[in-house]
Amino acid sequence: MKLKSLLLGAVAASAMAPAAMAERGADGQVNIIYWQAPSIMNPYLSGGTKDIEAASLVIEPLGRYDPTGALVPYLAEEIPTVENGGVAADLTSITWKIKEGMKWSDGSALTAADVVFTAEYCMSPEGGCAQRAKFDGVTSVEALDDLTVKVTFGQPTPNPYGPFMGGQSPIIQKAQFENCVGAAASSCTDQNFYPIGTGPFVVTDFRPNDVISLEANQNYRDPAKPAFATVNFKGGGDATASGRAVLETGEYDYAWNLQLAPDVLAQMAAAGKGEPIAAFGTLVERIEMNLTNPSPDLPEGERSTVAAPHPFLSEEPVRRALSMAIDRELLVEVGYGQAGRATCNLVPAPALYASDNTDCLTQDIEGAKALLEGAGWTDTDGDGIRDKDGVKLSLLYQTSTNAVRQDFQALIKQWWSEIGVETELRNIDASVFFGGDPGSPDTFQKFYADVEMYANNFDGTDPQSYLSMYRCGNEPKPSSQWQGENINRFCSEEYDALLDELARTGELEKRGEIAKKLNDMLTKETMTIVPLVDRGRVSARAMTLGGVQLNTWDSELWNAADWYRIKE
Amino acid sequence: MLTFTIRRLVLAVPTLLFISFAIFMLLQLAPGDPMAQVPLTVPPEVKQQMREALGLGQPPLVQYWKWLVQVLWIEPKILIDWLTQDSWLLGWLPDTNLYQNELRVISWQTRSPVMDIVIQRIPQTLWVVALAYVVGVLIAIPIGVYSAYRQYSVFDQAGTFVTMIGFSIPPFFTGPLLIVIFSVQLGWLPSIYDTTHVVNDWASFKIQLQQMIMPVMVLALQTTAQISRYMRASMLDNLNMDYVRTARAKGMSEAVVVTVHVLRNSMIPVITVIALGVPSIFGGAIITENVFKVNGIGQLLITALFANDLPMVMTLTFIFAFLIVAFNLIADILYGVLDPRIRYD
Amino acid sequence: MTEPATTDAQAIAALQDKGPLAPPRSQWLDIWDQLKRHKGAMIGGFFLIFITLAVLVGPYIWTLDPQKLDIRNKDLRPIYTAIWDGTAKTAWGHPFGTDNLGRDQLAQMLAGGRASMAVGWAAMLLSLLIGTAVGVAAGYFRRLDGPLMRLTDLFLSLPILPLLLVAVTLFRQPLRANFGPEGGMFVLIVTIIGITSWMPTARIVRGDILTLKEREFILAARSIGTTSWKTITRHLLPNVLSPIMVSATLGLATAIITESALSFLGVGFPSDFPTWGKMLADAVPRMVDFPERVILPGTAISLTVLAVNYLGDGLRDALDPRMRGR
Repeated sequence: MKLKSLLLGAVAASAMAPAAMAERGADGQVNIIYWQAPSIMNPYLSGGTKDIEAASLVIEPLGRYDPTGALVPYLAEEIPTVENGGVAADLTSITWKIKEGMKWSDGSALTAADVVFTAEYCMSPEGGCAQRAKFDGVTSVEALDDLTVKVTFGQPTPNPYGPFMGGQSPIIQKAQFENCVGAAASSCTDQNFYPIGTGPFVVTDFRPNDVISLEANQNYRDPAKPAFATVNFKGGGDATASGRAVLETGEYDYAWNLQLAPDVLAQMAAAGKGEPIAAFGTLVERIEMNLTNPSPDLPEGERSTVAAPHPFLSEEPVRRALSMAIDRELLVEVGYGQAGRATCNLVPAPALYASDNTDCLTQDIEGAKALLEGAGWTDTDGDGIRDKDGVKLSLLYQTSTNAVRQDFQALIKQWWSEIGVETELRNIDASVFFGGDPGSPDTFQKFYADVEMYANNFDGTDPQSYLSMYRCGNEPKPSSQWQGENINRFCSEEYDALLDELARTGELEKRGEIAKKLNDMLTKETMTIVPLVDRGRVSARAMTLGGVQLNTWDSELWNAADWYRIKE
Repeated sequence: MLTFTIRRLVLAVPTLLFISFAIFMLLQLAPGDPMAQVPLTVPPEVKQQMREALGLGQPPLVQYWKWLVQVLWIEPKILIDWLTQDSWLLGWLPDTNLYQNELRVISWQTRSPVMDIVIQRIPQTLWVVALAYVVGVLIAIPIGVYSAYRQYSVFDQAGTFVTMIGFSIPPFFTGPLLIVIFSVQLGWLPSIYDTTHVVNDWASFKIQLQQMIMPVMVLALQTTAQISRYMRASMLDNLNMDYVRTARAKGMSEAVVVTVHVLRNSMIPVITVIALGVPSIFGGAIITENVFKVNGIGQLLITALFANDLPMVMTLTFIFAFLIVAFNLIADILYGVLDPRIRYD
Repeated sequence: MTEPATTDAQAIAALQDKGPLAPPRSQWLDIWDQLKRHKGAMIGGFFLIFITLAVLVGPYIWTLDPQKLDIRNKDLRPIYTAIWDGTAKTAWGHPFGTDNLGRDQLAQMLAGGRASMAVGWAAMLLSLLIGTAVGVAAGYFRRLDGPLMRLTDLFLSLPILPLLLVAVTLFRQPLRANFGPEGGMFVLIVTIIGITSWMPTARIVRGDILTLKEREFILAARSIGTTSWKTITRHLLPNVLSPIMVSATLGLATAIITESALSFLGVGFPSDFPTWGKMLADAVPRMVDFPERVILPGTAISLTVLAVNYLGDGLRDALDPRMRGR
């Protein structure tokens, strides 16, 4: 193996020196490390980012998002739009045309039947498909001919790019997965570990939660790609160790998602073996205010539900003062460095939907104090904590366990104590905090705290479903087993009316305007959500790895076919 | 002794069943959700469907019963099939076909049979964790014996100092420290363990040695510290006994007195510690495996715990419990062998 | 021969006591005398007293709030670094330097030591108590041996992380109501560490008791009608002291380290409550640039464990009458 790749390398270096990367497999092996190890190669059975990204080396969607968030065709001829006739004028259907001559890695041809099957596979009710939401509102998926697929929606859908677009919904081969639909999905171990795909690589050895070995797909559409003959995809460990393996020891070529403090990252990068790369998406670290009362004195069923409004966070000036006391620039400096930007927006990107709201960026301790004074919150008993009518401004502030979040908690606690607010900190293991176990008091949905901090984003480039989370009645509550997305228990008729309008509007400019208004209502007008940092993604590449384009809108490995070894 | 062994073996069955039930109920009570690692962008209704597809909607007792049948009935059938078909040991027996595609214990994370993954993890666990244990014990016993024999000598003081420092510094510090020194600064050793590496000749064995030396050393340090302390204490107790004086008075050489008389008697409590430690090899070394990316059983357990992969956690802890019961029995039998005065019946 | 009377008188005089008899020495005084001669034990003991006093009284002398963030003075080095590196950022106001958020390291060490020592001792004593009780009962009473050892098996095979999560879910709220957020967490952590670490002690003590109870002196004690309780406390326990002492030393270290692992997993103390173990864990990613941040808490843990170990060694020797006077 080694000799062969060496020989190949020599051939490439001598005979084809000007276009060294113009031969498939000429560059030997690329080593990728993910500190969360992938457990399955089928994105439909696991929503985990690690699994989706690993699978994106093998199976591909019809179109992807590029680093700017624009749509680019992959297996499709072009991206269907209203202008080119691919999307029906009434926005109820979209017709995809597959490129001619596309082949699966086993040599058979990709047809519209595979695409139709993919939809069937995910929409089957017993399968428990993780990407079911991508197919929401789809009434039928049919093959018009061998290479044409028409997706019909039940109602006008301004953003018809849910199915078959992006790393979350790639096309799987019908012949391989035919017997795995519905309840049988779980027993298809071989199919889930060794999917046949159209992507640049093929799995040769899959060890769940450990390491994946891949080799170049001999039937890949571009005969000159991929430049690497094999991929060693290692998982496990922590972000520090994987950063070290790329930046300091040079054992690996690419490390995913290095959530490290900026000074630690800078120290590693100083070794010169590699460089950190950053890009921004829609992920926003925020503080969510609980508008309902989480007091343990309330009976279960009333605690943290709309039946009991919060004793002081239901007052807008208190929420605003808490936001004003925060120095977001400093938070960025401490926690994220080049991978973060202070923000006041819930929807920070794309530009079309991002509001120009920057009021919160300057810290204003005095202003916050004055605001609280004005609202009647004064320190009557001289213990340094403001109170009113016997209620103290004393908060329980929870978040998941993560070094950066604990630093943020410490900083924010200090600022809040300066304006006379007492804070108790609590950090909860992420598997409990983000788990939806209705029996646990510590989930972020249950929100048995006054404020909580976490990050969230949306898939693709359209924020409609993201903003719809804050609809009245969508809050977690006992009757819904504490499932629900309106974490703050926010409720405004005006907001809901605007949401309905957004769902009806197809014109992009208009959609942008409405989305901005919705964003402002949640953030600067009511301070229900206090955004802190627009979090970018930091990964690292070795200096010798070329062609890497960090993409936050799709899988990070979206263009692995174009990666090559930089020759000295 | 034989009746004692048989009685204990029979008792082990209800014990294990009870332990497995207790663990199952504990895991049921624990907060957590296999969907915790699914991004927040996946809506709650979809998560609910995924949970149902995993069989989470069923009552706990039904889930427990299903798991029990899978582990104790279906998996052994597969083992027997494998033994009679492919293994070199029993392959000459007529092929059995007991397994008829019943549902095996399926992991929620990977949707693949748990036992297959466990078997996949055994090589690196044996190479690193088991070897570290053996190395640790082999170093610890002579250190303990000699420290006790020359109590308060320079050797004893130095041994105490080093082992106690070694024990009180956690592996999450020693691991990265070794990596910074030997991988980053000196560049001698790889910082990431390659589990796909195959040893088939001298050169590849050398690579294997290089990649396992750091994790083995970190783990062996802990074992050595612990066992040498117990060994020393136990030796000290026995060195002052009357029978030692008698042996010396008879004119036996010091070597015989120490190694035959004292060592054998001192081994009794130490055997317990060693035997108790053996199952923990299977339990893996969670932190060390994580630091060096060895990805053995320990890493499997911790990722399963964080992902709330209950079938995986249940099966691993059950195997662990089985080993604990088995090795406690072995320790008890060894007591009897080492000390004829102990009578169990 | 000539003056036998004188010789007799001299002999008698020699037998007579010159002064009053020394009062009978108590057993404890003997033990103390023996202990005093054990250098390691004395150093260990003094160090323990010193460190206990430091963490108890220290915060009243060094009054900086360990939680006070001073972001302008972050990443200061300890003042001793100025000896070899004149350009290092140091300040007399922060003799041990500050961390990445500008918290004073000396104040953190003192506050962290208080928590670590309290957790370490309390959890170690609890685990020792349970372990010894179970071990003695199982070894001495044949009837209890089976059930108690099966119970030990059960505890050995329980996975600690789910156990913790269950305990946090069930008991955090009531404990918080009774002891406050930090006190509640303290009780919870000590209990959890205690009940998940007694099993080795129990197994070892049981093993020793099994051998001891077949010895002649136990037979003798029993034959003169000594009660079980007396046999255990007077005859058996003193003889299993040495494995218990070893367990105690190892237990203290384990408890301090386990606490840090728990905080690391987010089930320990709140994040604004420093402990030595947590300081060490937090500092590991920055150990190249700021080695003191791992060395300070690491040394503190190691020295404490060493001190307890030496003190334990000395105590064991002192308590063993056969060793006395050696």
